[in-house]
Amino acid sequence: MYSDKVMEHFTDPQNVGEIENPDGVGQVGNPTCGDVMRITIKVEDGHIADIKFKTLGCAAAIATSSITTEMAKGKSLEEAMEITRKRVAEELGGLPPQKMHCSNLAAEGLHKAIEDYRAKHPQPAGGQTSD
Amino acid sequence: MRTVYMDHSATTPVRPEVVEAMLPYFTEQFGNASSVHHLGQRARAAVDEARDIVAAHLNARPEEIVFTSGGTESDNHAIRGVAAAGRGRHVITSAVEHHAVLNTCKALEKEGFEVTVLPVDENGLVDPQELRGALRPGTVLVSIMMANNEVGTIQPIRELAEVTAESGAVFHTDAVQAAGKMPVDVEELGVDLLSLSAHKFYGPKGVGVLYIRAGTRIRPMQVGGHHEHGRRAGTENVPGIVGMARALELACAEMDEEAQRLKRLREHLQKGLTGRLEDVQLNGHPEQRLPHLLNLTFAYVEGESMLLSLDAVGVCVSTGSACTSGTLEPSHVLTAMGVRPELAHGSLRFSLGRMNTEDDVEYVLEKFPPIVRRLREMSPTTREASA
Repeated sequence: MYSDKVMEHFTDPQNVGEIENPDGVGQVGNPTCGDVMRITIKVEDGHIADIKFKTLGCAAAIATSSITTEMAKGKSLEEAMEITRKRVAEELGGLPPQKMHCSNLAAEGLHKAIEDYRAKHPQPAGGQTSD
Repeated sequence: MRTVYMDHSATTPVRPEVVEAMLPYFTEQFGNASSVHHLGQRARAAVDEARDIVAAHLNARPEEIVFTSGGTESDNHAIRGVAAAGRGRHVITSAVEHHAVLNTCKALEKEGFEVTVLPVDENGLVDPQELRGALRPGTVLVSIMMANNEVGTIQPIRELAEVTAESGAVFHTDAVQAAGKMPVDVEELGVDLLSLSAHKFYGPKGVGVLYIRAGTRIRPMQVGGHHEHGRRAGTENVPGIVGMARALELACAEMDEEAQRLKRLREHLQKGLTGRLEDVQLNGHPEQRLPHLLNLTFAYVEGESMLLSLDAVGVCVSTGSACTSGTLEPSHVLTAMGVRPELAHGSLRFSLGRMNTEDDVEYVLEKFPPIVRRLREMSPTTREASA
Protein backbone atom coordinates (compact mmCIF):
# COMPACT_ATOMS: atom_id res chain seq x y z
CA MET A 1 0.00 0.00 0.00
CA TYR A 2 2.69 2.53 1.04
CA SER A 3 6.25 2.95 -0.20
CA ASP A 4 9.15 2.16 2.14
CA LYS A 5 9.93 5.87 2.30
CA VAL A 6 6.40 6.66 3.54
CA MET A 7 6.65 3.95 6.18
CA GLU A 8 10.07 5.25 7.21
CA HIS A 9 8.75 8.78 7.76
CA PHE A 10 5.60 7.47 9.42
CA THR A 11 7.52 5.27 11.87
CA ASP A 12 10.24 7.81 12.54
CA PRO A 13 8.91 11.26 11.68
CA GLN A 14 11.32 14.22 11.68
CA ASN A 15 10.71 17.69 13.16
CA VAL A 16 7.67 16.77 15.24
CA GLY A 17 6.51 19.45 17.63
CA GLU A 18 5.76 23.10 17.85
CA ILE A 19 8.19 26.03 17.81
CA GLU A 20 7.73 28.40 20.74
CA ASN A 21 7.04 31.95 19.62
CA PRO A 22 7.09 30.98 15.94
CA ASP A 23 7.54 33.54 13.18
CA GLY A 24 4.81 31.90 11.14
CA VAL A 25 2.01 29.36 11.69
CA GLY A 26 0.07 27.46 9.06
CA GLN A 27 -2.85 25.19 9.91
CA VAL A 28 -4.68 23.18 7.26
CA GLY A 29 -7.23 20.39 7.11
CA ASN A 30 -10.15 19.70 9.33
CA PRO A 31 -10.90 17.00 11.87
CA THR A 32 -14.13 16.03 10.11
CA CYS A 33 -12.04 14.77 7.19
CA GLY A 34 -9.64 13.06 9.56
CA ASP A 35 -6.58 15.18 8.80
CA VAL A 36 -5.28 18.31 10.54
CA MET A 37 -1.80 19.70 10.19
CA ARG A 38 -0.05 22.61 11.93
CA ILE A 39 3.32 23.87 10.75
CA THR A 40 5.37 26.40 12.73
CA ILE A 41 8.45 28.11 11.33
CA LYS A 42 11.34 30.23 12.52
CA VAL A 43 12.71 32.58 9.85
CA GLU A 44 16.24 34.03 9.78
CA ASP A 45 17.65 36.12 6.93
CA GLY A 46 14.81 35.12 4.64
CA HIS A 47 15.48 31.43 5.23
CA ILE A 48 13.62 28.76 7.17
CA ALA A 49 15.91 28.33 10.15
CA ASP A 50 13.64 25.87 11.93
CA ILE A 51 10.37 24.12 11.17
CA LYS A 52 8.16 21.75 13.14
CA PHE A 53 4.86 20.02 12.55
CA LYS A 54 1.96 18.51 14.44
CA THR A 55 -0.37 16.26 12.50
CA LEU A 56 -3.53 14.29 13.16
CA GLY A 57 -4.04 11.86 10.34
CA CYS A 58 -3.19 8.67 8.57
CA ALA A 59 0.31 7.40 7.79
CA ALA A 60 0.37 9.42 4.56
CA ALA A 61 -0.52 12.61 6.42
CA ILE A 62 2.25 12.08 8.96
CA ALA A 63 4.86 11.06 6.35
CA THR A 64 4.09 14.00 4.05
CA SER A 65 4.36 16.37 7.01
CA SER A 66 7.69 14.92 8.04
CA ILE A 67 9.28 15.03 4.59
CA THR A 68 7.92 18.51 3.85
CA THR A 69 9.67 19.87 6.93
CA GLU A 70 12.90 18.17 5.82
CA MET A 71 12.57 19.60 2.32
CA ALA A 72 11.89 23.11 3.62
CA LYS A 73 14.52 23.37 6.33
CA GLY A 74 17.31 25.78 5.38
CA LYS A 75 15.56 26.87 2.19
CA SER A 76 14.85 30.49 1.34
CA LEU A 77 11.19 31.46 1.64
CA GLU A 78 10.96 31.70 -2.15
CA GLU A 79 12.36 28.20 -2.58
CA ALA A 80 10.07 26.83 0.12
CA MET A 81 7.05 28.34 -1.65
CA GLU A 82 7.95 26.17 -4.64
CA ILE A 83 7.52 22.92 -2.69
CA THR A 84 4.30 21.40 -4.03
CA ARG A 85 2.13 18.41 -3.16
CA LYS A 86 3.41 16.73 -6.29
CA ARG A 87 7.05 17.17 -5.28
CA VAL A 88 6.30 15.94 -1.76
CA ALA A 89 4.65 12.80 -3.16
CA GLU A 90 7.55 12.23 -5.56
CA GLU A 91 10.06 12.59 -2.76
CA LEU A 92 8.21 9.84 -0.87
CA GLY A 93 8.30 7.48 -3.84
CA GLY A 94 4.63 8.06 -4.61
CA LEU A 95 1.38 7.93 -2.63
CA PRO A 96 -1.75 5.80 -3.15
CA PRO A 97 -4.15 7.79 -5.38
CA GLN A 98 -6.84 8.18 -2.70
CA LYS A 99 -4.23 9.76 -0.41
CA MET A 100 -2.99 12.35 -2.90
CA HIS A 101 -5.44 15.05 -1.88
CA CYS A 102 -6.86 14.87 1.63
CA SER A 103 -3.73 13.50 3.26
CA ASN A 104 -1.14 15.47 1.32
CA LEU A 105 -1.65 18.88 2.89
CA ALA A 106 1.75 19.65 4.31
CA ALA A 107 2.95 21.79 1.38
CA GLU A 108 -0.15 23.92 1.81
CA GLY A 109 0.50 24.15 5.54
CA LEU A 110 4.05 25.29 4.82
CA HIS A 111 2.87 27.94 2.34
CA LYS A 112 0.34 29.19 4.86
CA ALA A 113 3.03 29.47 7.53
CA ILE A 114 5.21 31.50 5.15
CA GLU A 115 2.27 33.73 4.22
CA ASP A 116 1.54 34.18 7.91
CA TYR A 117 5.16 35.22 8.46
CA ARG A 118 5.02 37.65 5.54
CA ALA A 119 1.77 39.16 6.79
CA LYS A 120 3.30 39.74 10.20
CA HIS A 121 6.58 41.05 8.78
CA PRO A 122 5.64 43.29 5.86
CA GLN A 123 8.61 44.10 3.67
CA PRO A 124 9.30 47.77 3.24
CA ALA A 125 8.30 48.68 -0.30
CA GLY A 126 11.26 47.59 -2.41
CA GLY A 127 13.92 50.28 -3.14
CA GLN A 128 11.69 53.15 -2.08
CA THR A 129 13.25 53.89 1.26
CA SER A 130 13.87 57.57 1.49
CA ASP A 131 16.76 59.53 2.97
CA MET B 1 8.11 -11.09 15.22
CA ARG B 2 5.16 -12.22 17.25
CA THR B 3 1.80 -12.10 15.44
CA VAL B 4 -1.31 -11.37 17.45
CA TYR B 5 -4.32 -11.72 15.17
CA MET B 6 -7.32 -9.78 16.47
CA ASP B 7 -9.22 -9.40 13.22
CA HIS B 8 -11.48 -12.46 13.28
CA SER B 9 -14.46 -10.46 12.03
CA ALA B 10 -12.55 -9.97 8.78
CA THR B 11 -11.70 -13.63 8.41
CA THR B 12 -10.52 -16.65 10.36
CA PRO B 13 -7.98 -19.39 9.67
CA VAL B 14 -9.39 -22.72 8.52
CA ARG B 15 -9.31 -25.22 11.37
CA PRO B 16 -7.08 -28.28 10.81
CA GLU B 17 -10.09 -30.59 11.35
CA VAL B 18 -11.86 -28.70 8.58
CA VAL B 19 -8.92 -28.95 6.19
CA GLU B 20 -8.76 -32.67 6.91
CA ALA B 21 -12.44 -33.12 6.10
CA MET B 22 -12.02 -31.18 2.84
CA LEU B 23 -8.84 -32.77 1.48
CA PRO B 24 -10.24 -35.99 -0.05
CA TYR B 25 -12.69 -33.94 -2.12
CA PHE B 26 -9.88 -32.15 -3.95
CA THR B 27 -8.11 -35.33 -5.02
CA GLU B 28 -9.54 -38.87 -4.83
CA GLN B 29 -13.18 -37.84 -4.39
CA PHE B 30 -13.11 -35.17 -7.06
CA GLY B 31 -16.39 -36.11 -8.74
CA ASN B 32 -18.98 -33.67 -10.01
CA ALA B 33 -22.00 -34.07 -7.76
CA SER B 34 -24.22 -34.03 -10.85
CA SER B 35 -22.48 -37.05 -12.46
CA VAL B 36 -24.28 -40.38 -12.47
CA HIS B 37 -21.21 -42.59 -11.97
CA HIS B 38 -19.92 -43.63 -8.57
CA LEU B 39 -17.47 -40.74 -8.20
CA GLY B 40 -20.26 -38.30 -8.86
CA GLN B 41 -22.52 -40.09 -6.42
CA ARG B 42 -19.89 -39.93 -3.68
CA ALA B 43 -19.62 -36.19 -4.19
CA ARG B 44 -23.42 -35.97 -4.13
CA ALA B 45 -23.53 -37.91 -0.87
CA ALA B 46 -20.98 -35.56 0.67
CA VAL B 47 -22.97 -32.49 -0.37
CA ASP B 48 -26.20 -34.03 0.93
CA GLU B 49 -24.60 -34.89 4.24
CA ALA B 50 -23.22 -31.35 4.54
CA ARG B 51 -26.68 -29.98 3.77
CA ASP B 52 -28.19 -32.11 6.55
CA ILE B 53 -25.57 -30.89 9.01
CA VAL B 54 -26.02 -27.22 8.13
CA ALA B 55 -29.82 -27.56 8.23
CA ALA B 56 -29.73 -29.26 11.63
CA HIS B 57 -27.57 -26.50 13.11
CA LEU B 58 -29.88 -23.77 11.84
CA ASN B 59 -33.02 -25.72 12.79
CA ALA B 60 -34.01 -25.70 9.12
CA ARG B 61 -34.96 -28.44 6.66
CA PRO B 62 -32.24 -29.66 4.27
CA GLU B 63 -34.21 -28.54 1.21
CA GLU B 64 -34.21 -25.00 2.61
CA ILE B 65 -30.40 -24.77 2.43
CA VAL B 66 -28.82 -23.34 -0.73
CA PHE B 67 -25.05 -23.36 -1.01
CA THR B 68 -23.50 -20.19 -2.44
CA SER B 69 -20.07 -18.65 -2.92
CA GLY B 70 -20.30 -16.69 0.33
CA GLY B 71 -22.02 -13.91 2.24
CA THR B 72 -22.06 -11.34 -0.55
CA GLU B 73 -23.68 -13.75 -3.01
CA SER B 74 -26.21 -14.86 -0.41
CA ASP B 75 -27.15 -11.25 0.34
CA ASN B 76 -27.40 -10.38 -3.35
CA HIS B 77 -29.48 -13.48 -4.04
CA ALA B 78 -31.83 -12.78 -1.13
CA ILE B 79 -32.45 -9.14 -2.00
CA ARG B 80 -32.47 -9.30 -5.78
CA GLY B 81 -34.28 -12.65 -5.83
CA VAL B 82 -37.15 -11.39 -3.68
CA ALA B 83 -37.30 -8.05 -5.51
CA ALA B 84 -37.59 -9.90 -8.82
CA ALA B 85 -40.34 -12.19 -7.55
CA GLY B 86 -42.26 -9.78 -5.37
CA ARG B 87 -45.45 -7.93 -6.07
CA GLY B 88 -44.24 -4.57 -4.92
CA ARG B 89 -41.46 -2.05 -5.47
CA HIS B 90 -40.41 -1.15 -1.94
CA VAL B 91 -37.64 -2.62 0.22
CA ILE B 92 -36.51 -1.71 3.73
CA THR B 93 -33.07 -2.04 5.22
CA SER B 94 -31.04 -0.35 7.98
CA ALA B 95 -28.30 2.27 7.95
CA VAL B 96 -25.72 -0.07 9.51
CA GLU B 97 -25.87 -3.00 7.08
CA HIS B 98 -22.83 -4.51 5.39
CA HIS B 99 -22.14 -3.07 1.94
CA ALA B 100 -23.25 -6.38 0.42
CA VAL B 101 -26.77 -5.44 1.53
CA LEU B 102 -26.64 -1.64 1.35
CA ASN B 103 -25.16 -1.49 -2.13
CA THR B 104 -27.51 -4.17 -3.45
CA CYS B 105 -30.42 -2.07 -2.20
CA LYS B 106 -28.85 1.03 -3.79
CA ALA B 107 -28.59 -0.87 -7.08
CA LEU B 108 -32.29 -1.74 -6.85
CA GLU B 109 -33.04 1.93 -6.25
CA LYS B 110 -31.38 2.75 -9.58
CA GLU B 111 -33.64 0.16 -11.17
CA GLY B 112 -36.75 1.92 -9.93
CA PHE B 113 -37.33 0.40 -6.49
CA GLU B 114 -37.97 2.56 -3.50
CA VAL B 115 -35.65 1.91 -0.56
CA THR B 116 -36.21 2.95 3.03
CA VAL B 117 -33.07 2.96 5.17
CA LEU B 118 -34.05 2.74 8.82
CA PRO B 119 -31.97 4.76 11.31
CA VAL B 120 -30.38 3.23 14.41
CA ASP B 121 -29.98 4.56 17.94
CA GLU B 122 -26.65 5.47 19.56
CA ASN B 123 -26.02 1.78 20.33
CA GLY B 124 -26.69 0.73 16.76
CA LEU B 125 -30.14 -0.77 17.35
CA VAL B 126 -33.06 -0.68 14.91
CA ASP B 127 -36.40 0.06 16.59
CA PRO B 128 -39.16 -2.42 15.61
CA GLN B 129 -41.72 0.39 15.91
CA GLU B 130 -39.75 2.38 13.36
CA LEU B 131 -39.91 -0.63 11.06
CA ARG B 132 -43.66 -0.94 11.61
CA GLY B 133 -44.05 2.65 10.47
CA ALA B 134 -42.03 2.08 7.32
CA LEU B 135 -43.88 -1.04 6.13
CA ARG B 136 -46.55 -0.42 3.51
CA PRO B 137 -48.61 -2.44 1.04
CA GLY B 138 -45.90 -2.42 -1.66
CA THR B 139 -43.10 -3.56 0.69
CA VAL B 140 -41.66 -6.85 -0.59
CA LEU B 141 -38.58 -7.26 1.57
CA VAL B 142 -37.00 -6.21 4.85
CA SER B 143 -33.28 -6.92 5.24
CA ILE B 144 -31.70 -6.30 8.64
CA MET B 145 -28.49 -7.89 9.85
CA MET B 146 -28.38 -10.16 12.88
CA ALA B 147 -25.17 -8.71 14.33
CA ASN B 148 -23.12 -5.81 13.08
CA ASN B 149 -19.67 -6.45 11.65
CA GLU B 150 -18.10 -3.21 12.88
CA VAL B 151 -19.51 -2.74 16.38
CA GLY B 152 -21.09 -6.14 17.11
CA THR B 153 -24.54 -4.85 18.12
CA ILE B 154 -27.14 -7.65 18.01
CA GLN B 155 -30.49 -6.65 16.50
CA PRO B 156 -33.84 -7.77 17.92
CA ILE B 157 -34.37 -10.00 14.88
CA ARG B 158 -37.27 -11.96 16.30
CA GLU B 159 -39.31 -8.80 16.93
CA LEU B 160 -38.32 -7.27 13.59
CA ALA B 161 -39.28 -10.47 11.76
CA GLU B 162 -42.61 -10.60 13.60
CA VAL B 163 -43.48 -7.06 12.63
CA THR B 164 -42.51 -7.84 9.04
CA ALA B 165 -44.57 -11.05 8.97
CA GLU B 166 -47.72 -9.11 9.93
CA SER B 167 -47.33 -7.13 6.71
CA GLY B 168 -46.70 -10.17 4.53
CA ALA B 169 -43.26 -8.96 3.37
CA VAL B 170 -40.27 -11.31 3.28
CA PHE B 171 -37.66 -10.95 6.05
CA HIS B 172 -33.95 -11.48 5.35
CA THR B 173 -31.12 -11.33 7.86
CA ASP B 174 -27.40 -11.30 7.18
CA ALA B 175 -26.12 -13.59 9.96
CA VAL B 176 -22.56 -13.69 8.64
CA GLN B 177 -21.07 -12.23 11.84
CA ALA B 178 -23.44 -13.99 14.22
CA ALA B 179 -22.96 -17.59 13.11
CA GLY B 180 -20.71 -19.57 15.43
CA LYS B 181 -20.81 -16.79 18.04
CA MET B 182 -24.45 -17.10 19.13
CA PRO B 183 -27.35 -19.47 18.41
CA VAL B 184 -28.83 -19.03 14.94
CA ASP B 185 -32.19 -20.82 14.88
CA VAL B 186 -34.38 -19.86 11.92
CA GLU B 187 -37.57 -20.96 13.72
CA GLU B 188 -36.72 -19.07 16.88
CA LEU B 189 -35.87 -16.00 14.81
CA GLY B 190 -38.82 -16.35 12.46
CA VAL B 191 -36.81 -15.26 9.41
CA ASP B 192 -37.52 -16.23 5.79
CA LEU B 193 -34.00 -15.81 4.45
CA LEU B 194 -30.63 -15.91 6.19
CA SER B 195 -27.07 -15.52 4.89
CA LEU B 196 -23.96 -17.27 6.20
CA SER B 197 -20.31 -17.25 5.18
CA ALA B 198 -17.98 -20.13 6.09
CA HIS B 199 -14.74 -18.18 6.46
CA LYS B 200 -16.07 -16.23 9.43
CA PHE B 201 -16.33 -19.41 11.50
CA TYR B 202 -13.05 -21.17 10.67
CA GLY B 203 -14.27 -22.61 7.40
CA PRO B 204 -12.87 -21.96 3.92
CA LYS B 205 -13.34 -18.78 1.89
CA GLY B 206 -15.60 -18.85 -1.15
CA VAL B 207 -18.52 -20.78 0.31
CA GLY B 208 -21.66 -19.75 2.11
CA VAL B 209 -25.33 -20.47 2.64
CA LEU B 210 -28.60 -18.86 1.81
CA TYR B 211 -31.37 -20.32 3.93
CA ILE B 212 -34.68 -20.02 2.06
CA ARG B 213 -37.79 -20.85 4.09
CA ALA B 214 -40.08 -23.18 2.16
CA GLY B 215 -42.72 -21.19 0.29
CA THR B 216 -40.73 -17.92 0.10
CA ARG B 217 -41.28 -16.00 -3.14
CA ILE B 218 -37.77 -15.73 -4.58
CA ARG B 219 -36.22 -16.07 -8.02
CA PRO B 220 -32.87 -17.69 -8.75
CA MET B 221 -30.17 -15.15 -9.55
CA GLN B 222 -27.55 -17.41 -11.09
CA VAL B 223 -29.13 -19.40 -13.90
CA GLY B 224 -27.78 -22.49 -15.61
CA GLY B 225 -28.05 -26.17 -14.71
CA HIS B 226 -30.39 -27.76 -12.19
CA HIS B 227 -28.02 -27.51 -9.23
CA GLU B 228 -29.40 -26.75 -5.78
CA HIS B 229 -32.91 -27.65 -6.94
CA GLY B 230 -32.73 -25.00 -9.63
CA ARG B 231 -32.19 -22.20 -7.11
CA ARG B 232 -28.49 -21.64 -7.71
CA ALA B 233 -26.85 -22.97 -10.83
CA GLY B 234 -23.20 -23.99 -10.93
CA THR B 235 -21.17 -27.08 -10.08
CA GLU B 236 -21.14 -27.48 -6.31
CA ASN B 237 -17.96 -26.49 -4.49
CA VAL B 238 -17.79 -29.91 -2.85
CA PRO B 239 -14.66 -29.45 -0.68
CA GLY B 240 -15.86 -26.01 0.39
CA ILE B 241 -19.32 -27.24 1.28
CA VAL B 242 -17.94 -30.20 3.23
CA GLY B 243 -15.53 -27.87 5.05
CA MET B 244 -18.24 -25.37 5.90
CA ALA B 245 -20.47 -28.05 7.42
CA ARG B 246 -17.61 -29.39 9.53
CA ALA B 247 -16.68 -25.86 10.64
CA LEU B 248 -20.25 -25.02 11.61
CA GLU B 249 -20.57 -28.28 13.52
CA LEU B 250 -17.40 -27.57 15.50
CA ALA B 251 -18.28 -23.92 16.12
CA CYS B 252 -21.72 -24.82 17.44
CA ALA B 253 -20.39 -27.63 19.66
CA GLU B 254 -17.89 -25.27 21.31
CA MET B 255 -19.97 -22.11 21.17
CA ASP B 256 -21.11 -21.66 24.77
CA GLU B 257 -17.69 -22.21 26.26
CA GLU B 258 -15.82 -20.27 23.59
CA ALA B 259 -18.23 -17.32 23.76
CA GLN B 260 -17.67 -17.09 27.52
CA ARG B 261 -13.91 -17.27 27.08
CA LEU B 262 -13.87 -14.60 24.37
CA LYS B 263 -16.09 -12.33 26.41
CA ARG B 264 -13.70 -12.56 29.35
CA LEU B 265 -10.74 -11.75 27.12
CA ARG B 266 -12.60 -8.87 25.54
CA GLU B 267 -13.56 -7.42 28.90
CA HIS B 268 -9.97 -7.61 30.03
CA LEU B 269 -8.89 -5.80 26.86
CA GLN B 270 -11.61 -3.17 27.18
CA LYS B 271 -10.93 -2.47 30.87
CA GLY B 272 -7.21 -2.50 30.26
CA LEU B 273 -7.35 0.05 27.46
CA THR B 274 -9.92 2.36 29.05
CA GLY B 275 -7.94 2.21 32.31
CA ARG B 276 -4.62 3.04 30.68
CA LEU B 277 -5.78 5.72 28.25
CA GLU B 278 -7.99 8.79 28.54
CA ASP B 279 -10.71 9.79 26.10
CA VAL B 280 -11.57 6.28 24.96
CA GLN B 281 -15.16 5.56 24.02
CA LEU B 282 -16.93 2.25 23.35
CA ASN B 283 -18.87 1.98 20.11
CA GLY B 284 -21.74 -0.48 19.99
CA HIS B 285 -24.23 -1.78 22.50
CA PRO B 286 -22.67 -2.19 25.97
CA GLU B 287 -24.34 -5.62 26.52
CA GLN B 288 -26.30 -6.70 23.46
CA ARG B 289 -23.15 -7.30 21.49
CA LEU B 290 -21.15 -10.15 19.93
CA PRO B 291 -18.83 -11.62 22.59
CA HIS B 292 -15.60 -11.31 20.63
CA LEU B 293 -15.87 -7.79 19.30
CA LEU B 294 -14.58 -4.53 20.72
CA ASN B 295 -14.82 -1.26 18.81
CA LEU B 296 -13.24 1.73 20.53
CA THR B 297 -12.73 5.34 19.57
CA PHE B 298 -9.49 6.99 20.65
CA ALA B 299 -10.00 10.74 20.46
CA TYR B 300 -7.34 12.94 18.81
CA VAL B 301 -5.82 10.11 16.76
CA GLU B 302 -6.61 8.61 13.40
CA GLY B 303 -7.46 4.94 12.86
CA GLU B 304 -5.03 4.01 10.12
CA SER B 305 -2.08 5.42 12.05
CA MET B 306 -3.01 3.25 15.02
CA LEU B 307 -3.57 0.22 12.79
CA LEU B 308 -0.21 0.51 11.05
CA SER B 309 1.62 1.18 14.32
CA LEU B 310 0.02 -1.92 15.82
CA ASP B 311 0.90 -3.89 12.71
CA ALA B 312 4.52 -2.85 13.19
CA VAL B 313 4.49 -4.74 16.52
CA GLY B 314 2.65 -7.71 15.02
CA VAL B 315 -0.91 -6.92 16.09
CA CYS B 316 -3.59 -7.22 13.38
CA VAL B 317 -6.78 -5.20 13.86
CA SER B 318 -8.95 -3.14 11.57
CA THR B 319 -10.40 0.33 11.43
CA GLY B 320 -14.12 -0.27 11.71
CA SER B 321 -14.40 -2.49 8.70
CA ALA B 322 -11.70 -3.92 6.47
CA CYS B 323 -13.77 -2.80 3.48
CA THR B 324 -13.67 0.76 4.77
CA SER B 325 -9.89 0.95 4.80
CA GLY B 326 -9.70 1.70 1.07
CA THR B 327 -11.84 4.81 1.35
CA LEU B 328 -11.48 8.11 3.14
CA GLU B 329 -15.04 8.32 4.39
CA PRO B 330 -15.58 7.63 8.07
CA SER B 331 -17.49 4.42 8.83
CA HIS B 332 -21.14 4.57 7.78
CA VAL B 333 -22.00 2.44 10.81
CA LEU B 334 -20.45 4.81 13.33
CA THR B 335 -21.87 7.92 11.67
CA ALA B 336 -25.34 6.29 11.61
CA MET B 337 -24.95 5.77 15.38
CA GLY B 338 -24.31 9.48 15.76
CA VAL B 339 -20.56 9.26 16.34
CA ARG B 340 -19.05 12.57 15.15
CA PRO B 341 -16.88 12.16 12.04
CA GLU B 342 -13.68 13.28 13.80
CA LEU B 343 -14.23 10.55 16.40
CA ALA B 344 -15.31 7.97 13.82
CA HIS B 345 -11.93 8.47 12.12
CA GLY B 346 -10.23 7.43 15.36
CA SER B 347 -11.99 4.09 15.80
CA LEU B 348 -10.44 0.66 15.89
CA ARG B 349 -12.01 -2.80 15.85
CA PHE B 350 -10.50 -5.65 17.84
CA SER B 351 -12.17 -8.97 17.04
CA LEU B 352 -10.95 -11.89 19.09
CA GLY B 353 -10.95 -15.55 18.21
CA ARG B 354 -9.91 -19.10 18.94
CA MET B 355 -6.19 -18.57 18.95
CA ASN B 356 -6.18 -15.51 21.21
CA THR B 357 -5.03 -15.96 24.78
CA GLU B 358 -4.80 -13.91 27.95
CA ASP B 359 -1.16 -13.42 26.96
CA ASP B 360 -2.17 -11.79 23.67
CA VAL B 361 -4.39 -9.34 25.53
CA GLU B 362 -1.50 -8.50 27.86
CA TYR B 363 0.75 -7.97 24.85
CA VAL B 364 -1.70 -5.49 23.32
CA LEU B 365 -2.14 -3.73 26.68
CA GLU B 366 1.63 -3.35 26.85
CA LYS B 367 2.18 -2.23 23.24
CA PHE B 368 -0.86 -0.17 22.37
CA PRO B 369 -1.11 2.62 24.97
CA PRO B 370 2.36 4.02 24.10
CA ILE B 371 1.32 4.07 20.44
CA VAL B 372 -1.77 6.15 21.21
CA ARG B 373 0.22 8.48 23.47
CA ARG B 374 2.87 8.99 20.81
CA LEU B 375 0.28 9.76 18.13
CA ARG B 376 -1.54 12.10 20.49
CA GLU B 377 1.68 13.97 21.19
CA MET B 378 2.00 14.40 17.46
CA SER B 379 -1.61 15.57 17.08
CA PRO B 380 -2.55 19.27 16.94
CA THR B 381 -6.07 18.49 18.21
CA THR B 382 -5.46 17.29 21.76
CA ARG B 383 -7.94 17.89 24.52
CA GLU B 384 -5.89 20.90 25.72
CA ALA B 385 -5.87 22.35 22.21
CA SER B 386 -9.62 22.01 21.80
CA ALA B 387 -10.38 23.29 25.33
